[in-house]
Amino acid sequence: MLGVLELSYREKIGHWKHGGIVGVFGYGGGVIGRYSDVPEKFPDIAHFHTLRINMPASWFYTTEALRGLCDIWERHGSGLTNMHGSTGDIIFLGTSTPELEPTFAELTNMGFDLGGSGSVLRTPSCCVGPARCEWACYDTLKLTYDITMHYQDELHRPMFPYKFKFKMAGCPNDCVASIARADLSIIGTWRDKIQINHDAVREYAKKGKDIQSDVINNCPSKCMKWDGKTLHIEDSECNHCMHCINVMPKALRPGKDRGACLLIGAKAPIMEGALLSSVLVPFIKMEPPYTELYELVDKIWELWGEEGKNRERVGEYIQRIGLGNFLEMIEVEPIPEMVAHPRENPYIFFEEYFEDDDEEGTDE
Amino acid sequence: MPQIELAGEMFDVDEDGFIQDPDRWNEEVAKSLAAGEGISEVTDEHWKVINYLRDYYLKFGIAPMVRRLCKETGCNLKRIYELFPSGPAKGACKLAGLPKPTGCV
Repeated sequence: MLGVLELSYREKIGHWKHGGIVGVFGYGGGVIGRYSDVPEKFPDIAHFHTLRINMPASWFYTTEALRGLCDIWERHGSGLTNMHGSTGDIIFLGTSTPELEPTFAELTNMGFDLGGSGSVLRTPSCCVGPARCEWACYDTLKLTYDITMHYQDELHRPMFPYKFKFKMAGCPNDCVASIARADLSIIGTWRDKIQINHDAVREYAKKGKDIQSDVINNCPSKCMKWDGKTLHIEDSECNHCMHCINVMPKALRPGKDRGACLLIGAKAPIMEGALLSSVLVPFIKMEPPYTELYELVDKIWELWGEEGKNRERVGEYIQRIGLGNFLEMIEVEPIPEMVAHPRENPYIFFEEYFEDDDEEGTDE
Repeated sequence: MPQIELAGEMFDVDEDGFIQDPDRWNEEVAKSLAAGEGISEVTDEHWKVINYLRDYYLKFGIAPMVRRLCKETGCNLKRIYELFPSGPAKGACKLAGLPKPTGCV
């Protein structure tokens, strides 16, 4: 491995062949096949396939689990890993085709399964959530696990036009970058008042925090006031940016009526340019069994699965057919929260309605 | 390039066992590729899928999307995996003599 990397540094070119289709029986993904283009020089890495292993939500491990994984990989692979891939999977880096099935058998015996690759639901991932964060507005770990189990078929057997990713963030700080790296970004939020501990606010002030300049003046919606004694927040104007909570974590907390905002469509630049996710549902309760979420996801997949072009991400599909048409087909009402600004051009489509007695409108 | 013997003739294949010259494909080739993909006997249902893939490829120059394959053959994805344990791309396309699927797999 070091030999081929050295060669690549000298020649400034990669030495892996194009593509590679390997896998395990029963699954259409999870393994990324890779072959060296200089196998005579470096026979040990002539095959150098990668396995994606579905990680536990938020990457919490016991040493027992990690030792088990290391033992398996030492027996069957290169011993190199990536902890973790950007989507979240544990990456086993480098093995040969005959080792794939035995590795997979040992992994499943230990309770681990492969993650996703190809035109599938990719491995869902989440921030640390309520396990260690007081701002988590829903149980990101539980939802991540639930989605993973609920959609095992979609994760292991490619049937989409292209890949689809979920990421779960407990609050708008978005510590898994869901808004940039998930086709469906689920970001925790609340819809009542920010909880204020006034004594703790005064304590911050006493200890030298300049509340006016560090908090009030930085509020993007200018909905806060501070008279030196009491902090006032006009919650109806608050856009939940998290700044004041981030600055005074001992004094401020998200509200009690918590849930999440669903945003759709993020992707990297290929083909039509990079996209961040945009609002689809401003607020939805996030409690098991997540029926409302799954019903919406099923509708989106049914539509995009049927009409999406080969290798067209859902964000591009929405751009192609228009948000209005998309919403109509998944039966979601258009609302102002979905746009940053109304359109500025007048090229507006209207649906044609013909009354029964409107003879001019029909050719019959 | 590695070569393997299929149905009594030598074929160029890539590392993943996809034949390199789709024009040299025939039914005997498909049968001899089957064992490597976990298929003990190539049944009529297998042929339905293989022939559909082959016809589509010859007509359009690419493999069909999975959804289309399921719809047109009447085999849902579960059935496809029962027939071809390594899946439509690695299993069925290989047996049908199509070029290796590419992209971000």
